[in-house]
Amino acid sequence: MRFGPIVVTFLTGTLLIAIFFIPHHAAQETQSVILEWADIVYTFALLLGSLSLWAMHQKKVQQRGEGWIYSVVTLVSLGGVTFLGVVQGVAGGTVVGRVYNMVNAPLASTMFSLLAFFIASAAFRAFRARNVEATLLLVTAIVMMIGRVSIGEYMWKGFPPLTEWLLDVPNLAAKRAVALGIGLGAISTALKIILGIDRSYLGRG
Amino acid sequence: MMNGFDTWVAALLTLCVFSFLYRDNPFYRFAEHLFVGSSAGYLLAVSYQNVLKPNVIEKIGHGQILPFIPLVLGIMILGRMWERTSGIARWSLAFYVGIYSGIAIPSYLQAQIFAQLADAVKPFQPGWGAINSALILLGFLSVLAYFFFSAPHTGLHGVVGRIGIWFLMVAFGASFGYTVMARVSLLIARMQFLLRDWLHVLPGV
Amino acid sequence: MAATTKSFWHRILGIDRRWIFLLVGIGTTLPLLFPVNLPVAASPRVKAAYQAVEDVPEGSLVLVSLDYEPDIMAELQPMAIAVLRHCFRRHLKPVILTLYPAGPGLIERALEISSAAEGGRTRNEDYVFLGYKSGNQAVILGLGENIRGLFPRDFYGTSTDSIPLMRRVNSFTDFPLLVNLSGSSIADYYIRIGASRYHRPMILGSTAVMASDYYPYLSSGQIKGLIGGMKGAAEYERLVGIVGDARHGMDAQSLVHVIVVLLVLLGNVALFATGGPKPRIGGGA
Repeated sequence: MRFGPIVVTFLTGTLLIAIFFIPHHAAQETQSVILEWADIVYTFALLLGSLSLWAMHQKKVQQRGEGWIYSVVTLVSLGGVTFLGVVQGVAGGTVVGRVYNMVNAPLASTMFSLLAFFIASAAFRAFRARNVEATLLLVTAIVMMIGRVSIGEYMWKGFPPLTEWLLDVPNLAAKRAVALGIGLGAISTALKIILGIDRSYLGRG
Repeated sequence: MMNGFDTWVAALLTLCVFSFLYRDNPFYRFAEHLFVGSSAGYLLAVSYQNVLKPNVIEKIGHGQILPFIPLVLGIMILGRMWERTSGIARWSLAFYVGIYSGIAIPSYLQAQIFAQLADAVKPFQPGWGAINSALILLGFLSVLAYFFFSAPHTGLHGVVGRIGIWFLMVAFGASFGYTVMARVSLLIARMQFLLRDWLHVLPGV
Repeated sequence: MAATTKSFWHRILGIDRRWIFLLVGIGTTLPLLFPVNLPVAASPRVKAAYQAVEDVPEGSLVLVSLDYEPDIMAELQPMAIAVLRHCFRRHLKPVILTLYPAGPGLIERALEISSAAEGGRTRNEDYVFLGYKSGNQAVILGLGENIRGLFPRDFYGTSTDSIPLMRRVNSFTDFPLLVNLSGSSIADYYIRIGASRYHRPMILGSTAVMASDYYPYLSSGQIKGLIGGMKGAAEYERLVGIVGDARHGMDAQSLVHVIVVLLVLLGNVALFATGGPKPRIGGGA
């Protein structure tokens, strides 16, 4: 039951690597078609996620679990937006387009903006100069927070060049090493997957 | 542009989310559940309109056979919903994972390995810039040494690894400073919306 | 006396976090209501991005990928407006697309604002808006081969083959500059494919969270300039000579940053004043 999928992984992975080196337009067209198919499969994965979400909230409503009334809100909004979006479309002038601007966009922005409050609170409670490394992190963060905004430039003309130096030298060095490490890790993981050594994506059984 | 009613709905939902800062309450939970449902529904609707409809439904309607392949693969992935049919989803997952593993290898090699290594081993800048170049090289090598866990961090390796940690702390401090900036920017935008677009106490842009 | 002082610092450490939230809220609101208009100086990386656009010959097409949605528009929308206005002033012809489904609404708004501010620009003569295409990496790979095949119609339904501007381009290699404003890994795809594989000069606008991660690519020349976060947008606005949302927000940004720094310093002073390595914490973070 697992051998077939492992062969599929090997074939698709090898094909996509080979296409990178083949400049012929037929190879590039093949790549476009395969990537389009991947996009279609991804869409069904999204559908799977939405169905799981629906099932979870539906169960909560049926069993009158704690907060079930809010699950009704989720079910109505999920079902309503999906139905209207499929039938009418999602462009600016449609109901779903309007719901997006009125509901989704402000809620998403505001949820993210809560982080500003929590980061301030977390900085007050947890950002401690307990040792050399923590002090280094704290001092750099303070220099960046003050130096990268207008008030830093106003306070001391040396702040902007100092922050640029921090970004251009130690930050660059560390991030380059991290990028290299991530690249090596990604390549080794991809190779292990293609060669069938890593089969974790197939799940148990 | 939103009309008055839409602006009021967006503003009230914004305030519902901000109410969480005082404490968890029914208004926040309503907004949270509404966000989950409408976001999932929107994503599904957009995927249908932009992927399934043009690439599968319309093509099959025009008599093409090939789109049946990704359609079948997509339906197979829905097998994950139930224990007895979850095995069949492996074929779709194998297809998807194989594709992106294949794409990853040459692109990571080119952009993150070779390009970064080439920049790391170039000659030092002339004059005082040589100090910065030397620091970048030192930081790059010491961070790599820190991430090499196959040998114990003792002796010279331990010393170099420690230097690497210092460079990492500076980089993380820089990232933290920028993260604070990002989160605060999102909050500023919400305040600009509330004060300008809803309450009209700020001039428009 | 010593006991009183110690209990004061313990109270500071145990302060209800909602007072901190209130402080941050006031710090954000007051400068918006009573702006001070602190000066904004452009950093070298933003200047480099600006110069990259300046170096493009007049009348050239520029590929502009605006990949953000309303949740991060605070940082990227002002950037987009400033870059588009710069392109229009230089008589460059941006070919705009997005890989985010909710992007088109924001892009239309950015085009409306920037076009009106630059004396009115005509669709398909001064710019082309291709719209949204799903697929991220797949789309970017496709941009290297056949743009008109990938986008047979623009956002408004016009056949791209019939647009005179689009007959001049069909691949990354036909553009002298690639501009990507993104808040996600799409920036990495453009660097790996557009800048590295197709060797296109590229400037990147990113959220502040991601900006520090792209310095290695600046050093290696894979990207020519970097506009990071709302501050970067404010710097670009200054270089272009406009005052937009980003510059309006800088006073509030400054004040909140000062508040956060003072809170961090206060927390550390309180830690050392209470003497213990692990201070009593109440209310959680």
